[in-house]
Amino acid sequence: MSAWRREGLRVALALALAGVSATAAAQGKSAADGIAEYRKMLEDGNPADLFEAKGESLWTTKRGPKNASLEACDLGKGPGVVKGAFVELPRWFADTQRVQDLESRLLTCMETLQGLKAAEIAATPFGRGEQANMEALAAYVSAASRGQRMNLPQAHLQEKVMYEVGKRAFYFRGGPMDFACATCHGEPGKRVRLQDLPDLTKNPGDGIGFAAWPAYRVSSGELWSMQRRLNDCYRQQRFPYPGYASDVTIALGVYMGVNAKGAESIAPAIKR
Amino acid sequence: MADPMRIRAQSSGSGATVRVLMAHEMETGLRKDAAGKTIPAWFIQQVSASLNGKPVLSAQWGPSVAKNPFLQFNIKGAKAGDKVAITWLDNKGDTRTDEATVS
Repeated sequence: MSAWRREGLRVALALALAGVSATAAAQGKSAADGIAEYRKMLEDGNPADLFEAKGESLWTTKRGPKNASLEACDLGKGPGVVKGAFVELPRWFADTQRVQDLESRLLTCMETLQGLKAAEIAATPFGRGEQANMEALAAYVSAASRGQRMNLPQAHLQEKVMYEVGKRAFYFRGGPMDFACATCHGEPGKRVRLQDLPDLTKNPGDGIGFAAWPAYRVSSGELWSMQRRLNDCYRQQRFPYPGYASDVTIALGVYMGVNAKGAESIAPAIKR
Repeated sequence: MADPMRIRAQSSGSGATVRVLMAHEMETGLRKDAAGKTIPAWFIQQVSASLNGKPVLSAQWGPSVAKNPFLQFNIKGAKAGDKVAITWLDNKGDTRTDEATVS
Protein backbone atom coordinates (compact mmCIF):
# COMPACT_ATOMS: atom_id res chain seq x y z
CA MET A 1 0.00 0.00 0.00
CA SER A 2 1.51 3.34 -1.02
CA ALA A 3 2.05 6.11 1.47
CA TRP A 4 -0.62 8.44 0.11
CA ARG A 5 -3.23 5.73 0.10
CA ARG A 6 -2.45 4.85 3.69
CA GLU A 7 -2.76 8.52 4.60
CA GLY A 8 -6.10 8.71 2.80
CA LEU A 9 -7.36 5.69 4.65
CA ARG A 10 -6.36 7.22 7.98
CA VAL A 11 -8.25 10.43 7.15
CA ALA A 12 -11.30 8.44 6.14
CA LEU A 13 -11.11 6.44 9.36
CA ALA A 14 -10.74 9.61 11.42
CA LEU A 15 -13.77 11.11 9.70
CA ALA A 16 -15.76 7.95 10.30
CA LEU A 17 -14.80 8.00 13.96
CA ALA A 18 -15.72 11.68 14.22
CA GLY A 19 -19.07 10.83 12.69
CA VAL A 20 -19.62 8.11 15.24
CA SER A 21 -18.75 10.34 18.17
CA ALA A 22 -21.01 13.13 16.89
CA THR A 23 -23.93 10.70 16.76
CA ALA A 24 -23.05 9.47 20.25
CA ALA A 25 -23.10 13.04 21.54
CA ALA A 26 -26.55 13.61 20.06
CA GLN A 27 -27.81 10.37 21.56
CA GLY A 28 -26.01 11.11 24.86
CA LYS A 29 -28.82 13.49 25.78
CA SER A 30 -31.04 11.01 27.55
CA ALA A 31 -34.69 11.43 28.41
CA ALA A 32 -33.59 12.26 31.95
CA ASP A 33 -31.44 15.14 30.62
CA GLY A 34 -34.41 16.42 28.65
CA ILE A 35 -36.57 16.37 31.78
CA ALA A 36 -33.83 18.12 33.75
CA GLU A 37 -33.65 20.82 31.07
CA TYR A 38 -37.43 21.24 31.19
CA ARG A 39 -37.33 21.59 34.98
CA LYS A 40 -34.56 24.19 34.70
CA MET A 41 -36.75 26.24 32.39
CA LEU A 42 -39.70 25.97 34.77
CA GLU A 43 -37.66 26.86 37.85
CA ASP A 44 -37.55 30.52 36.94
CA GLY A 45 -41.28 30.89 37.35
CA ASN A 46 -42.04 28.30 40.01
CA PRO A 47 -45.66 28.94 41.07
CA ALA A 48 -44.70 27.58 44.51
CA ASP A 49 -43.70 31.22 45.07
CA LEU A 50 -47.39 32.10 45.06
CA PHE A 51 -48.14 29.47 47.72
CA GLU A 52 -45.15 30.66 49.73
CA ALA A 53 -46.49 34.24 49.71
CA LYS A 54 -49.94 33.01 50.73
CA GLY A 55 -48.42 30.93 53.54
CA GLU A 56 -46.42 33.87 54.81
CA SER A 57 -49.52 36.02 55.14
CA LEU A 58 -51.45 33.11 56.74
CA TRP A 59 -48.65 32.72 59.30
CA THR A 60 -49.14 36.29 60.55
CA THR A 61 -52.93 36.53 60.13
CA LYS A 62 -55.10 36.28 63.22
CA ARG A 63 -57.55 33.42 62.54
CA GLY A 64 -59.69 30.76 64.18
CA PRO A 65 -61.98 30.83 67.23
CA LYS A 66 -59.08 32.18 69.36
CA ASN A 67 -58.31 34.90 66.81
CA ALA A 68 -54.57 34.26 66.97
CA SER A 69 -51.75 34.08 64.43
CA LEU A 70 -49.24 31.24 64.17
CA GLU A 71 -46.31 33.51 65.03
CA ALA A 72 -45.93 31.83 68.45
CA CYS A 73 -45.82 28.35 66.89
CA ASP A 74 -42.83 26.26 67.96
CA LEU A 75 -41.58 24.20 65.02
CA GLY A 76 -38.70 22.79 67.04
CA LYS A 77 -36.34 25.74 67.19
CA GLY A 78 -38.34 27.81 69.67
CA PRO A 79 -41.62 29.75 69.38
CA GLY A 80 -41.84 31.72 66.15
CA VAL A 81 -38.56 30.47 64.65
CA VAL A 82 -39.29 29.38 61.07
CA LYS A 83 -35.87 29.59 59.46
CA GLY A 84 -34.03 26.29 59.64
CA ALA A 85 -36.95 24.43 61.22
CA PHE A 86 -37.88 22.45 58.10
CA VAL A 87 -34.54 20.63 57.70
CA GLU A 88 -34.84 19.27 61.27
CA LEU A 89 -38.35 17.83 60.92
CA PRO A 90 -39.79 15.32 61.85
CA ARG A 91 -38.47 15.54 65.42
CA TRP A 92 -39.52 14.87 69.02
CA PHE A 93 -41.70 17.50 70.73
CA ALA A 94 -41.84 17.50 74.51
CA ASP A 95 -45.19 19.32 74.76
CA THR A 96 -47.13 16.78 72.71
CA GLN A 97 -44.88 13.83 73.73
CA ARG A 98 -44.73 12.80 70.08
CA VAL A 99 -42.43 12.78 67.08
CA GLN A 100 -44.08 15.16 64.61
CA ASP A 101 -43.51 16.15 61.02
CA LEU A 102 -44.17 19.59 59.57
CA GLU A 103 -47.86 19.06 58.84
CA SER A 104 -48.73 17.36 62.12
CA ARG A 105 -46.87 20.09 64.00
CA LEU A 106 -48.78 22.77 62.08
CA LEU A 107 -52.01 20.98 63.04
CA THR A 108 -50.95 21.11 66.69
CA CYS A 109 -50.24 24.84 66.45
CA MET A 110 -53.51 25.54 64.63
CA GLU A 111 -55.40 23.71 67.37
CA THR A 112 -53.60 25.04 70.44
CA LEU A 113 -53.01 28.61 69.25
CA GLN A 114 -55.92 29.29 66.91
CA GLY A 115 -58.50 26.88 68.29
CA LEU A 116 -59.08 25.16 64.93
CA LYS A 117 -60.03 21.47 65.01
CA ALA A 118 -57.00 19.39 63.98
CA ALA A 119 -59.07 16.22 63.43
CA GLU A 120 -61.44 18.11 61.13
CA ILE A 121 -58.57 19.53 59.07
CA ALA A 122 -56.95 16.08 58.83
CA ALA A 123 -60.22 14.67 57.47
CA THR A 124 -60.63 17.44 54.86
CA PRO A 125 -59.79 16.39 51.28
CA PHE A 126 -56.50 17.74 49.89
CA GLY A 127 -56.65 21.19 48.37
CA ARG A 128 -59.93 22.26 49.99
CA GLY A 129 -60.68 24.59 52.88
CA GLU A 130 -58.08 24.46 55.62
CA GLN A 131 -56.10 21.82 53.70
CA ALA A 132 -55.39 24.44 51.03
CA ASN A 133 -54.08 26.67 53.80
CA MET A 134 -51.92 23.82 55.11
CA GLU A 135 -50.28 23.52 51.70
CA ALA A 136 -49.48 27.22 51.64
CA LEU A 137 -48.10 27.08 55.18
CA ALA A 138 -45.95 24.04 54.30
CA ALA A 139 -44.59 25.97 51.29
CA TYR A 140 -43.78 28.97 53.46
CA VAL A 141 -42.05 27.02 56.24
CA SER A 142 -40.02 24.86 53.86
CA ALA A 143 -38.98 27.88 51.77
CA ALA A 144 -37.50 29.49 54.89
CA SER A 145 -34.92 26.66 54.94
CA ARG A 146 -34.18 26.59 51.22
CA GLY A 147 -30.50 25.84 50.59
CA GLN A 148 -29.93 24.36 54.03
CA ARG A 149 -28.95 20.73 54.54
CA MET A 150 -31.20 18.03 55.96
CA ASN A 151 -30.20 17.48 59.56
CA LEU A 152 -32.83 15.48 61.44
CA PRO A 153 -32.13 14.89 65.12
CA GLN A 154 -31.80 11.27 66.30
CA ALA A 155 -30.90 11.96 69.93
CA HIS A 156 -34.26 11.12 71.51
CA LEU A 157 -35.23 7.48 71.94
CA GLN A 158 -38.60 8.06 70.25
CA GLU A 159 -36.85 9.49 67.18
CA LYS A 160 -34.81 6.30 66.92
CA VAL A 161 -37.94 4.20 67.39
CA MET A 162 -39.71 6.14 64.63
CA TYR A 163 -36.74 5.58 62.32
CA GLU A 164 -37.01 1.82 62.90
CA VAL A 165 -40.79 1.89 62.41
CA GLY A 166 -40.35 3.93 59.22
CA LYS A 167 -37.80 1.46 57.91
CA ARG A 168 -40.19 -1.44 58.48
CA ALA A 169 -43.06 0.44 56.84
CA PHE A 170 -40.76 1.21 53.91
CA TYR A 171 -40.00 -2.48 53.33
CA PHE A 172 -43.51 -3.72 54.18
CA ARG A 173 -45.00 -5.50 51.18
CA GLY A 174 -48.73 -5.75 50.71
CA GLY A 175 -51.78 -4.84 48.71
CA PRO A 176 -53.07 -6.52 45.53
CA MET A 177 -49.76 -5.89 43.73
CA ASP A 178 -47.54 -6.98 46.63
CA PHE A 179 -45.71 -3.66 46.58
CA ALA A 180 -43.56 -1.92 49.15
CA CYS A 181 -42.02 1.57 49.04
CA ALA A 182 -38.73 -0.30 48.56
CA THR A 183 -40.00 -1.95 45.36
CA CYS A 184 -39.49 1.34 43.52
CA HIS A 185 -37.26 3.31 45.89
CA GLY A 186 -34.93 0.59 47.20
CA GLU A 187 -32.18 0.80 44.58
CA PRO A 188 -30.80 3.49 42.27
CA GLY A 189 -31.51 3.89 38.55
CA LYS A 190 -35.21 3.07 38.50
CA ARG A 191 -37.95 5.13 36.96
CA VAL A 192 -41.69 5.31 36.33
CA ARG A 193 -42.11 6.34 32.70
CA LEU A 194 -39.82 9.39 32.49
CA GLN A 195 -39.62 10.14 36.19
CA ASP A 196 -36.41 9.09 37.87
CA LEU A 197 -37.09 7.39 41.18
CA PRO A 198 -34.73 8.30 44.00
CA ASP A 199 -33.15 5.56 46.09
CA LEU A 200 -34.53 6.53 49.49
CA THR A 201 -32.57 3.97 51.49
CA LYS A 202 -29.60 6.36 51.44
CA ASN A 203 -28.94 10.03 50.65
CA PRO A 204 -30.17 10.36 47.05
CA GLY A 205 -28.39 13.71 46.59
CA ASP A 206 -29.08 17.43 46.88
CA GLY A 207 -32.65 18.45 46.16
CA ILE A 208 -33.82 14.90 45.38
CA GLY A 209 -36.42 12.83 47.21
CA PHE A 210 -37.17 14.00 50.75
CA ALA A 211 -35.25 17.27 50.14
CA ALA A 212 -37.54 18.23 47.21
CA TRP A 213 -40.98 18.15 48.87
CA PRO A 214 -43.24 20.16 49.29
CA ALA A 215 -43.33 20.78 45.53
CA TYR A 216 -45.54 22.39 42.91
CA ARG A 217 -46.92 19.82 40.46
CA VAL A 218 -47.19 21.42 37.02
CA SER A 219 -49.44 18.64 35.74
CA SER A 220 -52.13 19.30 38.33
CA GLY A 221 -51.32 22.90 39.27
CA GLU A 222 -51.24 21.98 42.95
CA LEU A 223 -48.75 22.27 45.73
CA TRP A 224 -48.09 18.90 47.31
CA SER A 225 -46.73 18.54 50.81
CA MET A 226 -44.92 15.38 51.91
CA GLN A 227 -48.19 14.10 53.41
CA ARG A 228 -49.89 14.29 50.03
CA ARG A 229 -46.86 12.79 48.29
CA LEU A 230 -46.99 9.78 50.64
CA ASN A 231 -50.76 9.52 50.27
CA ASP A 232 -50.33 9.25 46.50
CA CYS A 233 -47.45 6.74 46.84
CA TYR A 234 -49.82 4.51 48.76
CA ARG A 235 -52.53 5.02 46.15
CA GLN A 236 -50.09 3.90 43.46
CA GLN A 237 -49.27 0.83 45.52
CA ARG A 238 -53.04 0.17 45.87
CA PHE A 239 -52.69 0.25 49.65
CA PRO A 240 -55.46 1.71 51.82
CA TYR A 241 -54.92 5.45 52.25
CA PRO A 242 -52.88 6.38 55.31
CA GLY A 243 -54.43 8.86 57.73
CA TYR A 244 -53.32 12.47 57.32
CA ALA A 245 -50.38 13.16 59.67
CA SER A 246 -50.69 9.61 61.02
CA ASP A 247 -47.79 7.95 62.82
CA VAL A 248 -46.87 5.73 59.86
CA THR A 249 -46.48 8.74 57.55
CA ILE A 250 -44.38 10.52 60.17
CA ALA A 251 -42.25 7.39 60.68
CA LEU A 252 -41.62 7.21 56.91
CA GLY A 253 -40.67 10.89 57.04
CA VAL A 254 -38.14 10.18 59.79
CA TYR A 255 -36.71 7.24 57.81
CA MET A 256 -36.34 9.21 54.56
CA GLY A 257 -35.19 12.39 56.30
CA VAL A 258 -32.50 10.73 58.40
CA ASN A 259 -31.27 8.82 55.33
CA ALA A 260 -31.09 12.11 53.41
CA LYS A 261 -28.84 13.73 56.04
CA GLY A 262 -26.64 16.35 54.38
CA ALA A 263 -28.81 16.71 51.27
CA GLU A 264 -29.56 20.30 50.33
CA SER A 265 -33.25 21.18 50.58
CA ILE A 266 -34.69 22.89 47.49
CA ALA A 267 -38.28 22.79 48.76
CA PRO A 268 -40.71 24.00 47.62
CA ALA A 269 -39.48 22.50 44.35
CA ILE A 270 -41.18 22.17 40.98
CA LYS A 271 -42.19 18.83 39.49
CA ARG A 272 -43.59 17.92 36.09
CA MET B 1 -60.21 39.50 45.41
CA ALA B 2 -57.54 37.73 43.45
CA ASP B 3 -54.21 36.72 45.00
CA PRO B 4 -51.24 39.01 44.33
CA MET B 5 -48.78 38.52 41.46
CA ARG B 6 -45.07 38.04 41.94
CA ILE B 7 -43.19 40.52 39.72
CA ARG B 8 -39.43 40.69 39.35
CA ALA B 9 -37.89 43.37 37.15
CA GLN B 10 -34.13 43.35 36.70
CA SER B 11 -32.14 45.77 34.58
CA SER B 12 -30.01 43.98 32.01
CA GLY B 13 -28.00 45.68 29.27
CA SER B 14 -29.93 48.64 27.89
CA GLY B 15 -33.26 47.56 29.33
CA ALA B 16 -34.94 45.38 31.90
CA THR B 17 -36.10 41.77 32.07
CA VAL B 18 -39.49 41.39 33.69
CA ARG B 19 -40.74 38.10 35.13
CA VAL B 20 -44.34 37.85 36.24
CA LEU B 21 -46.09 35.01 38.01
CA MET B 22 -49.87 35.36 38.17
CA ALA B 23 -52.13 33.44 40.52
CA HIS B 24 -55.12 32.33 38.44
CA GLU B 25 -57.14 29.14 37.96
CA MET B 26 -57.26 29.47 34.14
CA GLU B 27 -60.21 27.08 33.69
CA THR B 28 -60.76 26.22 30.04
CA GLY B 29 -64.49 25.57 30.34
CA LEU B 30 -63.99 22.07 28.93
CA ARG B 31 -63.27 20.21 32.15
CA LYS B 32 -65.88 18.42 34.20
CA ASP B 33 -66.03 18.08 37.96
CA ALA B 34 -66.50 14.89 39.98
CA ALA B 35 -70.28 15.11 39.51
CA GLY B 36 -69.93 15.34 35.72
CA LYS B 37 -70.90 18.98 35.51
CA THR B 38 -68.90 21.32 33.31
CA ILE B 39 -66.62 23.65 35.22
CA PRO B 40 -67.31 27.12 33.80
CA ALA B 41 -64.57 28.85 31.84
CA TRP B 42 -62.54 31.27 33.91
CA PHE B 43 -59.38 32.66 32.39
CA ILE B 44 -57.36 35.81 31.89
CA GLN B 45 -58.31 37.61 28.68
CA GLN B 46 -56.17 40.72 28.72
CA VAL B 47 -52.73 41.41 30.07
CA SER B 48 -51.05 44.78 29.91
CA ALA B 49 -47.78 46.17 31.17
CA SER B 50 -46.68 49.73 31.63
CA LEU B 51 -43.39 51.44 32.41
CA ASN B 52 -43.86 54.55 34.57
CA GLY B 53 -47.47 54.68 33.44
CA LYS B 54 -46.69 54.38 29.72
CA PRO B 55 -48.05 51.21 28.06
CA VAL B 56 -45.31 48.88 26.81
CA LEU B 57 -47.17 45.61 26.27
CA SER B 58 -50.69 44.45 25.73
CA ALA B 59 -51.73 40.89 25.08
CA GLN B 60 -54.90 38.93 24.54
CA TRP B 61 -54.92 35.56 26.26
CA GLY B 62 -57.20 32.58 25.98
CA PRO B 63 -58.03 29.33 27.74
CA SER B 64 -54.94 27.54 26.43
CA VAL B 65 -52.65 29.40 28.82
CA ALA B 66 -51.65 27.31 31.84
CA LYS B 67 -52.83 27.67 35.41
CA ASN B 68 -50.75 30.13 37.46
CA PRO B 69 -49.19 31.57 34.29
CA PHE B 70 -45.63 32.81 34.01
CA LEU B 71 -44.77 35.67 31.67
CA GLN B 72 -41.31 36.98 30.84
CA PHE B 73 -40.46 39.92 28.57
CA ASN B 74 -37.87 42.64 28.05
CA ILE B 75 -38.42 46.39 28.10
CA LYS B 76 -35.96 48.46 26.08
CA GLY B 77 -34.69 51.59 27.78
CA ALA B 78 -35.94 50.74 31.28
CA LYS B 79 -33.60 51.86 34.08
CA ALA B 80 -33.20 50.94 37.72
CA GLY B 81 -35.84 52.71 39.79
CA ASP B 82 -38.45 52.66 37.02
CA LYS B 83 -41.90 51.37 37.93
CA VAL B 84 -43.33 48.40 36.06
CA ALA B 85 -47.06 47.76 36.49
CA ILE B 86 -48.87 44.65 35.27
CA THR B 87 -52.64 44.36 34.96
CA TRP B 88 -54.77 41.40 34.01
CA LEU B 89 -58.48 41.18 33.35
CA ASP B 90 -60.35 37.86 33.28
CA ASN B 91 -63.60 36.79 31.62
CA LYS B 92 -65.54 37.27 34.88
CA GLY B 93 -64.50 40.91 34.91
CA ASP B 94 -62.14 40.40 37.82
CA THR B 95 -58.93 42.39 37.55
CA ARG B 96 -55.69 42.75 39.42
CA THR B 97 -52.82 45.24 39.15
CA ASP B 98 -49.44 44.89 40.80
CA GLU B 99 -46.35 47.04 40.59
CA ALA B 100 -42.62 46.44 40.95
CA THR B 101 -39.53 48.61 40.78
CA VAL B 102 -36.71 47.79 38.35
CA SER B 103 -33.62 46.81 40.33
